[in-house]
Amino acid sequence: MRHLLSTEDLSLHNAKRILDTAEEMAAVGEREVKKLPALRGRTVVNLFFEDSTRTRISFEAAAKRLSADVINFAAKGSSVSKGESLKDTAQTLAAMGADAVVIRHWASGAPHRLAATDWIDAAVINAGDGTHEHPTQALLDAFTMRRHWAKLGGLPSTGADLKGMRVAIAGDVLHSRVARSNVWLLRTLGAQVTLVAPPTLLPIGVEQWPCSVSYDLDETLEKGVDAVMMLRVQGERMNASFFPSTREYSRRWGFDDNRLRTLDRIGLKDTIIMHPGPMNRGLEISAAAADSHRSTVLSQVRNGVSVRMAALYLLLSGETREPAANLSKESN
Amino acid sequence: MASVTQAPVPARVVLNQADIDRALTRIAHEILESNKGSRDLVLLGIPRRGYPLAVRLAQKIAAADPDVDPAAIVGQLDVTMFRDDLSHQPTRPPYPTQLPLTGIDNKVVVLIDDVLYSGRTIRAALDAIIDLGRPRIVRLAVLIDRGHRELPIRADHVGKNLPTSSAEKVRVRLEETDSRDGEPINEVVIEAGA
Amino acid sequence: MVSNNGAYLIRGAAILDGAKEDLLIRDGFIVDRGVNINADGATVIEGDGLVALPGMVDVHTHLREPGREDAETVETGTRAAALGGFTAVHAMANSTPVADTAGVVEQVHSLGQTAGWVDVRPVGAVTVGLAGEQLAELGAMADSRAQVRMFSDDGLCVHDPVLMRRALEYVKAFDGVVAQHAQEPRLTEGAQMNEGDVSAVLGLAGWPAVAEESIIARDVLLTQHVGSRLHVCHVSTAGSVEIIRWAKARGINVTAEVTPHHLLLTDELVRSYDPVYKVNPPLRTDADVQALRAALADGTIDVVGTDHAPHPSEHKECEWAQAAMGMTGLETALSVVQQTMIETGLMSWSDFARVTSTAPAVIGRLADQGRPLETGEPANIILVDPAARWTVDPSAMATMGRNSPFAGRELPGKVVATFFKGHPTVLDGKLNTPYRAAAVQHPVQAAGPVSGL
Repeated sequence: MRHLLSTEDLSLHNAKRILDTAEEMAAVGEREVKKLPALRGRTVVNLFFEDSTRTRISFEAAAKRLSADVINFAAKGSSVSKGESLKDTAQTLAAMGADAVVIRHWASGAPHRLAATDWIDAAVINAGDGTHEHPTQALLDAFTMRRHWAKLGGLPSTGADLKGMRVAIAGDVLHSRVARSNVWLLRTLGAQVTLVAPPTLLPIGVEQWPCSVSYDLDETLEKGVDAVMMLRVQGERMNASFFPSTREYSRRWGFDDNRLRTLDRIGLKDTIIMHPGPMNRGLEISAAAADSHRSTVLSQVRNGVSVRMAALYLLLSGETREPAANLSKESN
Repeated sequence: MASVTQAPVPARVVLNQADIDRALTRIAHEILESNKGSRDLVLLGIPRRGYPLAVRLAQKIAAADPDVDPAAIVGQLDVTMFRDDLSHQPTRPPYPTQLPLTGIDNKVVVLIDDVLYSGRTIRAALDAIIDLGRPRIVRLAVLIDRGHRELPIRADHVGKNLPTSSAEKVRVRLEETDSRDGEPINEVVIEAGA
Repeated sequence: MVSNNGAYLIRGAAILDGAKEDLLIRDGFIVDRGVNINADGATVIEGDGLVALPGMVDVHTHLREPGREDAETVETGTRAAALGGFTAVHAMANSTPVADTAGVVEQVHSLGQTAGWVDVRPVGAVTVGLAGEQLAELGAMADSRAQVRMFSDDGLCVHDPVLMRRALEYVKAFDGVVAQHAQEPRLTEGAQMNEGDVSAVLGLAGWPAVAEESIIARDVLLTQHVGSRLHVCHVSTAGSVEIIRWAKARGINVTAEVTPHHLLLTDELVRSYDPVYKVNPPLRTDADVQALRAALADGTIDVVGTDHAPHPSEHKECEWAQAAMGMTGLETALSVVQQTMIETGLMSWSDFARVTSTAPAVIGRLADQGRPLETGEPANIILVDPAARWTVDPSAMATMGRNSPFAGRELPGKVVATFFKGHPTVLDGKLNTPYRAAAVQHPVQAAGPVSGL
């Protein structure tokens, strides 16, 4: 693994490697000294073309726990007011000796551009690009699900997959990088995914994806589900006629109190409710659902640091510049 | 890491199963002797092969001292993140670190590894320990000391001192981690260097 | 290679699909065609193994001048055209200022004459400033020295149905044609690539086929209603082909164009996020590519137009969404059409001449282009080595644009020589010298009304 750009091309081997390593990283987070010297001397740049305090501080915490130097670079630039070009920014970071670039960008594919061009020779981690992918979010979601699923099965999380787990992902799939990354990763890990959304918020071509699609959240819940992931819905979508009103949206596709009761009624006592945050309480998720014992929202945040530590460690710790031969004896 | 196959490299067995067992028995008694008993003892094995050796030693200590619950004094200490050669080796996923429930504060921690060579692994282990707590004493027990130290580190308990050339490879194979043709195997061999 | 009397004898080249013959060129015309013609002092060009074709005519070229001389100039663009086997290009109107007045089209026309590599026929804008609100002075442009016959807001669609109707009606007064960039704007807001399986995965906003097809359907009906002439630029979908086929069957006077890149490339390439594949209309699916090839072969699509769209490298060395749309095409068109249409057995060289020369000249009303290679005809001729293979290297091209989607590909066919008005602008596959009007006795024939298409 040289970069982490998407989950679509992430093999089962590498996915498990990241999740298993994240388990060890999580243990570090529970110690008094929450720091490892593994990336001492390495420089990680958080290059954010789009505001996301949550994702940035999660990566920052991850890098710092591994003793890397962290540079935060908020490159504000919209499609209208172009600032410095991505190429110039990348070359600047290369000149500063960045070993890894964690990039958040409003444009789909921007991390791929960084990785594919010779603008910079650093490991590239996609921290969310446009409406394309958000692989570390999917990995932390999978990590959260795997801990839950393995515990139910009486197994250790490490080494486990998600075979047999039924996951519903509900909301604005069309504009969601979280949904895309989760669909690919959960497929790889063996879960069965159902996307639930209004037809207007599903992409043309979704029928080719390795999941089922439903327009009916209640029906999906009734069929039985082990995790329900609610996606953030922007109220402004209403203005582009993706749905008539936020009220109608939350009635049909929001996880409201009635649906929370449905889980109890049909005996799904172990079903968890997930949300990548930030939540629109009252729109896609009710306050009661968000705060219920089923909610994994805060574990997701916690697990985010572990998963990002794992990704940074696996991308940055390997052989880098010179061949190892003359530098080290066999490592007994 | 040794993958056990019909080796084309000339290999010489230096310890067989019985030799290993005798060496561990002796080390177990040395540990008890230098600690004047089993009080506050914690054995931390370094993955991969230090850990099964630690488990075996704990059992031998328990055999000598019925008050000892072997499972309660053994742990595993992963040093991957503390290595000084992380950027010069292929990426290694870490192994779990598991401490005994008693923790290591004010304990007598005996680090266990299979082969002592450059000393760099033990240096990493000392750093790793300090991030986990403050033992009263840290000692080192190894099955093989093959020399060629690069750091001022020495073992307190050694199963066998094995003079080697640095071109040679020392392979420790334990039934917990290794097998040959599906059969568990316990031995230490020296392979000629390439 | 300099000839003493300005005469050239092409010896033993295959005339289209026909037998090997000689062509004697003098004073801008083919003065003899036959076997064993006496050179009589003419410079002899060995044509063995080569195919002689009428000079290609591009109905769709962006020369960028005036206004974006950092992207291309008339000089560099027409050099590229000559090297690519063209003897005439239609310069699209989206320059700065927009070619929406007689002044601008005359300027572009005269820059073309000064350059002397090919005929430069300016395309006039349909609406003032391409704004889609008010008709430009179409008549003034038609009557100008540039004698504009093709009008287009290319890059933008004339989407207002009333305005489109008026434009179609108005151009009837001077035998003009409206070349429509068919793109329903509301259906393509923020569109980045073809909407389908690939866009779903890549998270790029989709440009649905229906946005093209719905405009074409509307426009052919409008054309029928007002009895005018419509040209559809860069057709890119199988559905568009069906509509045009239907319109032609009904006798509607519509012509259609396909670009070389839409004959070869698909939206699978976008998976790289490399903006060199960003173009408007976008690369479509393989099913579309196959339908376009079939339509070009059966005449539903009349012509190949390059939509040559050079951009400065900084407009492509960026994020996909930030990148400019467009690809260069003048220097690769012949090779791509050979690969996709001739080497697949779908077309002959005669068909090639029809879609790259004869039909485009008729659409643009260029009287002395796209003519048969016969005695007495203007000597706009190219010699092609169909057996040659070459690897596309954008940095070695004459166009200033480095944005070729074919970079690194091996393509068949190479233009060995281009004769423009009897003068070799390209010899041995390299630029020779431009044509100079003073060197020729005969005045250039004015393009007049032609019946037919």
